[in-house]
Amino acid sequence: MKKASILMILGALLLMGLFQFPLWNIMLGAPQYPEPLGMNIYIDGIQGMNEFDIQNIDGLNHYIGMKTIPKAIDMWEFEVFPIVIASMSIIGVIIGLFGYFGKVSHHWFLGWLLVITILGVLGMYDFNAWMIDYGTNLDPNAIMKLQNPDGTAMSYKPPLLGHQKLLNFDAYSYPRLGGYLMGAGMFLTFIAYFLGKKSKTINT
Amino acid sequence: MIKYKFQLGSLFIALMLLTSCGNNNGQKGSSGALNSSAAEKVYVAPGEQDEFYAFMSGGYSGNLTVYGLPSGRMFKEIPVFSQFPTSGYGYSEETKPMLQTSHGFVPWDDSHHPDISQTNGELDGRWIFINGNNTPRIARISLTTFETEEIIEVPNSAGNHSSSFVTENTEYVVAGTRFSVPIPQRDMPINEYKGNFKGSLSFISVDPEHGHMDIKFQIIMPGFNYDLSHPGRGKSHGWFFFTTYNTEEASTLQEVNASQNDKDFIAAINWKKIEAYVNNGGGTKMPANYAHNVYDEGTHTATTTMKKEVLTVNPLDVPGAVYFLPTPKSPHGCDVDPSGQYIIGNGKLSADLTVHSFDRMIEAIEGKKFDGEAYGIPILKFEDVLAGTVKSGGLGPLHTEFDGKGNAYTTFFISSEVVKWKLGTWEVIDRKPTYYSVGHLMIPGGNSAKPFGKYVVALNKITKDRYLPTGPEMEHSAQIYDISGEKMELLYDFPTHGEPHYAAGCPASLLAPKSKKLYRLDENKHPYAVTSPDQAKVVRNGKEVHVYMSTIRSHFTPDNIEGVKVGDKVYFHITNQEQDFDVPHGFAMIGQNTSELLIMPGQTKTSVWEPKQVGVWPFYCTDFCSALHQEMQGYVRVSPANSDLELSWSLGGD
Repeated sequence: MKKASILMILGALLLMGLFQFPLWNIMLGAPQYPEPLGMNIYIDGIQGMNEFDIQNIDGLNHYIGMKTIPKAIDMWEFEVFPIVIASMSIIGVIIGLFGYFGKVSHHWFLGWLLVITILGVLGMYDFNAWMIDYGTNLDPNAIMKLQNPDGTAMSYKPPLLGHQKLLNFDAYSYPRLGGYLMGAGMFLTFIAYFLGKKSKTINT
Repeated sequence: MIKYKFQLGSLFIALMLLTSCGNNNGQKGSSGALNSSAAEKVYVAPGEQDEFYAFMSGGYSGNLTVYGLPSGRMFKEIPVFSQFPTSGYGYSEETKPMLQTSHGFVPWDDSHHPDISQTNGELDGRWIFINGNNTPRIARISLTTFETEEIIEVPNSAGNHSSSFVTENTEYVVAGTRFSVPIPQRDMPINEYKGNFKGSLSFISVDPEHGHMDIKFQIIMPGFNYDLSHPGRGKSHGWFFFTTYNTEEASTLQEVNASQNDKDFIAAINWKKIEAYVNNGGGTKMPANYAHNVYDEGTHTATTTMKKEVLTVNPLDVPGAVYFLPTPKSPHGCDVDPSGQYIIGNGKLSADLTVHSFDRMIEAIEGKKFDGEAYGIPILKFEDVLAGTVKSGGLGPLHTEFDGKGNAYTTFFISSEVVKWKLGTWEVIDRKPTYYSVGHLMIPGGNSAKPFGKYVVALNKITKDRYLPTGPEMEHSAQIYDISGEKMELLYDFPTHGEPHYAAGCPASLLAPKSKKLYRLDENKHPYAVTSPDQAKVVRNGKEVHVYMSTIRSHFTPDNIEGVKVGDKVYFHITNQEQDFDVPHGFAMIGQNTSELLIMPGQTKTSVWEPKQVGVWPFYCTDFCSALHQEMQGYVRVSPANSDLELSWSLGGD
C-alpha cells in the first residue's frame, strides 16, 4: 500500500504539469505556410506557437468570418480550469498521504480517478462545443461564404483529435506535454489502485 | 506538426542522397565522366536550398545581387547606390538621404568590390561592404535584413576602385583612389599633374557593435593610380597592399603613357604603425565636405550628416610605414593568400604572375635593402622581395583567389581562362577556358584565412553567344566550376545582372538562420507610424497633408480621403501592420512623379504626391498580397485650390 500511495501522490502531482505545459495543440499548415501556424492551449489561455501566430490565424480567419481567438479574460474556462486542476492535484496528494499512513483505502484512489475522468470528459465536451461555435457561428458578412456540395454552409471546426482538411489548411489537433503528463498521472493513479488492491489481498 | 517533421526527415534523407551522389560524381569526373554528372552537381531540387550565398557586385547597376551556389539562381537585388523603383529605395522620403553626397543627390553609382566582414581573418557574416566607384562612397549592408544601412562618402578620392576591403577583424574597411587628383581640389592645368596630383588611401574604422563607419585617416600618397588592394592576414595582419599603375604620372592617353614603365609598384602600408601615429595625435586635420548617411532600422529612416574635416597623414611623417614593391607590367589584382605569406601581383600586360614574400619583404626592410625611392618612399629591390613567378602560359592575369588547400586560381582576361597553380612551387596544375574574357573570380571565402574551396565562379566581361540573343545589349555571364578535385570541372553557365566585378560568397549556414523575417511593429519608432489601424488619420499643416495610413490584408485605412486641394503636398506615411513572414504591401498613386513603395511587415515608408488636377484619384496596393489584393484600393478627392472643403477620411463608411 505504501508503494501504491507514492504512485498516487506522483500521479496527482503530474497534473501540476498543466500549469507549465500546454494541454492541447492545434497546428495549421498550408502550401503558403510551410512553417505551420499553431496554437498551444493552456489551462489558463491560448498562446501562439510562434509570437505572431494567433494574430496571423485571426488575420486569415477574418476572410471566412470566424471570431478572433479568445483572450484568457474572454472565457470563464480559463479562470475555472486552473482552480479545478490545482484542487484535484492537492486532493489527490492528500488522498495519497492518507493512504500512505493507512487512513484510507485504495478505493479512494479509484474514486479520485473517476472524478478526474468525469471532469476531463466534461472539459473535452466544453472544448468541442467551443470549437463548434467557433467553426460554425460565422459573421454573415464574411468575405468568403463557402458551401458544402450539399448546399449547407461549410464549417471550419478544427478536429477534436487528429487531422482534418479545412480549405487549403491541414489542421492537426493533438494533446501536448501538459496533456500527456495528465494522462500519465491518471494512469499512475490507476496502477496505484491496482497495487493497493493487490497489497490488501496479500495482507489479508 | 507531424507532417512538418516528416518533411524535415525526408529533406534530410534527400540531402544524404545528394551528398552521396556528389561524391560518386566527383570520382567519375576525374576519370573523364559524362556531362550528366555536372548537371547533378548544380541541380538544387525544387524546395531545396543552395549550399552557398554569392553576392555579386552590380557594376553599373550600382547595386548588389544575391545568388545561390551551385544553382546560380538569383534571390534578390539589394539597392545600394542606385534608386530602385521596385522598393522605392532612393524615392521614398526615408531613403532619399542615403544617396546624398557633397555633390547633392546622386542617384547612381558603379559598384565594384563586395567584401564580407571578418573576425580573426574568417568570414563572420555580420555585414557586407561595397564601394561606389564614380562618386567615391563606401556602403555597409546588413546581412540580417539584406538592406543598405550606411553610406559614407570618401573625400579627396576619385574613382574609388581599390576598395572596399576589410582588415582581419574588420577594424577598417579600406578605400583607395584610382584617379589621383589635386588635394585639395583646385583650379590648375591638367598637364601639371606630375608631382602635383596626389592619391589618397582611406582607412575607415568600423564600429564593432553597430558597424558605423568613420574615416579614421587618409594617407596622401604620390600621384599614381591605386588599382586594387587586399589586407595582410595572419602573420601579415597590420599591413595592407595596393597595386599601382601609371607610376609614369601621365595625365593623357594613359593607355599608352601609363604603360611605359616595365615595373609599377605594390604599395605596402603598415597601417598599425599609422594608426598608432594618429592615436598619438599625429596627422593633419584638413577641411573637407563629405556626406555620412545612416539608416536607422528603428525609425526606418535615413539621415545625412555633412562632415567637414578629415585627418590626413603624409607617409613621410611616419618612417617605416610605407614601402614600394616593384611589380611588373601594370599590376591589377592584389591578392594575399590565406596564410598571409604571399602577395600576388597580377601583371595585366604580362604572361606571368609575380608573387612577393611577406617574410622576404620584412627581411629586406630590416636590412634596408632599398633600390632608391619615389617621392621619399623607399623602394625595395625586386629580387629581394620576390617569392616566385608563375609562368602561366596565359595572357593578361587579373585576379587570384585561393582554395585553402595550397592552390591558387588566377583569371586571365586576354587568354580567357582560369589557371590553377600551386603556392610555393608555382607550377601550373590545370587551366580551363572561360566564356568569355573573365574579370574577377570568386571562391566563397577565397580571400580570407579560411576559404571554402568547393566551387569557383568566373565573372566574365563578354557574353556573345552563350545565351539566346537579346539584341545588342546582354547580361554578363558567369561560369561555375567544381574545384574539389585535382582538375577543375566546368559545371554551368548563368547570366548575372549589371556588370559584376568582384563577388563575395559564404556558406548558407552563416546567414540563413539569422535572416530577418519581419520588422516588429512594437519596435517601429517612425514618427509617422501607426501601430494599429485605429490610429490612422489625416492631418493638414498649411499646404502639407500628412496621411497616417495603415495596411493589412486587404485594405488601406483610410481608403477614402476628401479635402485635399490642388497645390497641396500630400505625404502618404504607410505602415504595414502585418506581422507575418513575406507579406509586403505596395502603394502607388495615379500620376505620382515618383516610384511606388513596397513596405515590409512592420515597416513605415513615405511617398509624396502633389496633385495638379481636380478630380477623384485612385491608389492601390501593388503587391499581390492576398486573394483580395485587387480590392485593396482607395480614392482621394482633389478639390480646387480655393475650395473650403474640410479634410475627412474613412474606411467602410465609418
